[in-house]
Amino acid sequence: MIKIEKLHKSYPIGKDSLHVLKGIDLHIKEGEFVSIMGSSGSGKSTLLNIVGLLDIHDEGNYFLNGQLIKNMNEKKAAILRNKFLGFVFQSFNLISYKTALENVALPLYYKGIKRKERLKIALDYLEKVGLKEWANHLPNELSGGQKQRVAIARALVTKPKVVLADEPTGALDSGTTNSVMDLLKVINEEGMTVFVITHEQEVANQTKRIVHLKDGVIINDFLTKK
Amino acid sequence: MFDLDRWREIFQSIRKNKLRSVMSGFTVAFAILLFTLLFGVANGLSNFFKAAFADNAQNMMFVRVWKTTKPYKGLQTGRRIQLKNKDFNYITEKYDDKIEYESARINKNFSIKYKNNANNYSVKAVHPDYQFLEKTTIDQGRYLNKLDLNQKKKVIVIGRLIKKDLFGEKPALGKRVNVSGSSFLIVGIFSDEGGDNEERIAYIPVSTAQMMYGNNDYINQINLGYNRNLSTDAAVAFGKKLEREMRQKLNIHPEDQSALSIRNMAEANKFVSIIMFALYLIIAFIGSGTLIAGIIGISNIMIFVIKERTKEFGIRKALGAKPSSVVAMVVQESILITTIAGYIGLSIGTYILSLIGNSLEKKYFIKDPSVQPEIVILATIMLIVSGLIAGYIPAKRAASIKPIVALRAD
Repeated sequence: MIKIEKLHKSYPIGKDSLHVLKGIDLHIKEGEFVSIMGSSGSGKSTLLNIVGLLDIHDEGNYFLNGQLIKNMNEKKAAILRNKFLGFVFQSFNLISYKTALENVALPLYYKGIKRKERLKIALDYLEKVGLKEWANHLPNELSGGQKQRVAIARALVTKPKVVLADEPTGALDSGTTNSVMDLLKVINEEGMTVFVITHEQEVANQTKRIVHLKDGVIINDFLTKK
Repeated sequence: MFDLDRWREIFQSIRKNKLRSVMSGFTVAFAILLFTLLFGVANGLSNFFKAAFADNAQNMMFVRVWKTTKPYKGLQTGRRIQLKNKDFNYITEKYDDKIEYESARINKNFSIKYKNNANNYSVKAVHPDYQFLEKTTIDQGRYLNKLDLNQKKKVIVIGRLIKKDLFGEKPALGKRVNVSGSSFLIVGIFSDEGGDNEERIAYIPVSTAQMMYGNNDYINQINLGYNRNLSTDAAVAFGKKLEREMRQKLNIHPEDQSALSIRNMAEANKFVSIIMFALYLIIAFIGSGTLIAGIIGISNIMIFVIKERTKEFGIRKALGAKPSSVVAMVVQESILITTIAGYIGLSIGTYILSLIGNSLEKKYFIKDPSVQPEIVILATIMLIVSGLIAGYIPAKRAASIKPIVALRAD
């Protein structure tokens, strides 16, 4: 599903450049539940952004669903994101003036699905994350855990190939952390490829495969007992 | 390319961000309001000036004579200048192409009597063209015509108020009145915008007057309407030329203003049009300044709005929005607000102008202030275009920010 070969990425900082990813090789197959672990500055967020087509790599190859990602412009990237990827962010990134239902339905709007249809699909997904009753509430009327579940519903609504979660529990307490992780597990068990970035060992332990990243290189990559 | 869903997104964004929308709308509405009022007042002033000169034909010129005050060619001062038929004929024949209307005039004051009612009135002996020069409106019957003049008929056209004085509510047309001892047939009754004095006048043919009162060919005044095809400058020049020629013909010192003068409306027209031009120039300057201030206001707000929404755009793009769809959304929202607000400003402006109406005419010389629709449409189009630009440039920039950068923004 995701295949990365000798990936390099550096950011210019003044006259110098900061070499963040120093040759990453990673292969994630369909249906995997992978977590990338590392301290801040290890390059894990950069990796996720490149995988999520939110950023462009400098060297190496990246294949998403068998397609070589090369010469991406914003428009192409937008179409691919909409088609293949679902995002879950640490800070939820819900649109504040839209209700939970409208937030979930938004990716379907960009997919060109009619309003009635997309609200119906969105409601199904809200039900799936257990928030059907909260459909018409604005994000600021929801708790952190609820917001993240809305965000997960939004990530799933387009039936993507991969769900990318960037510190999905970073802003949550331990109780809600578990409920969010449980939800991601359920999704994975239904066959979705889930790609989580975290610095919490407990969160990583709940995934099936852990990739440790340090200073821009993979230091180990193993399957958990699950 | 009507996209109901996109409009729904835009309406939601406007509805959920009322303060922002009202703020940008207010700027536009206020700019258009000021613009409308400014132009309205300017047009009101212009209307007043036009109306002030509208009583007489705007192309009128008249030649008047008095006594000489300067000796010339051995002739003494104090000589009374007398215009005669030959002077009238000379001018009208020589300058036929430059003259549209022509009439001589003899001023008399006569008692007009019908049955037991009698009064003194100003009686003017004129040619048929005089109707157009004085802008006389015939209410009943007809004005004087060529036949009256050729046959020296004893016919009279009386003003509305003379008719009222002498006949009251009874019909007067076809009746005979006694004018200083002679019987005249009433062939027409007229009204005149110039006011009461202009409606207590009676007109008789020049030829009749000359035959009856002294059997001479004297006239008091020559009234002309210059050809409207002449430019204002050409008409002024024509007046000057005619004045020089008449002085020479009547042996008047070239600088003796008291002996002969030609009053030429072209000069007044020129003066008024210069003033109006200056006024419009000032108004255009202030008006466009107001518009520019409005445009800068919208631009400022749009920059602020887009900065505030950078993160939202980042989210939308992460969810699959193409940059073009983000830009289009912002631009359409900007245009929508500008158009509606512009329309509100315009409506309030025209409403205020209609309230003012003619109430400021006496004190401030503003008559019927209003704005030509085309100017308002032009101003609104300008604002829409500026709303488009104001929305497009920052939106384009915001849409080109990588989603990852936009998402990081707070």
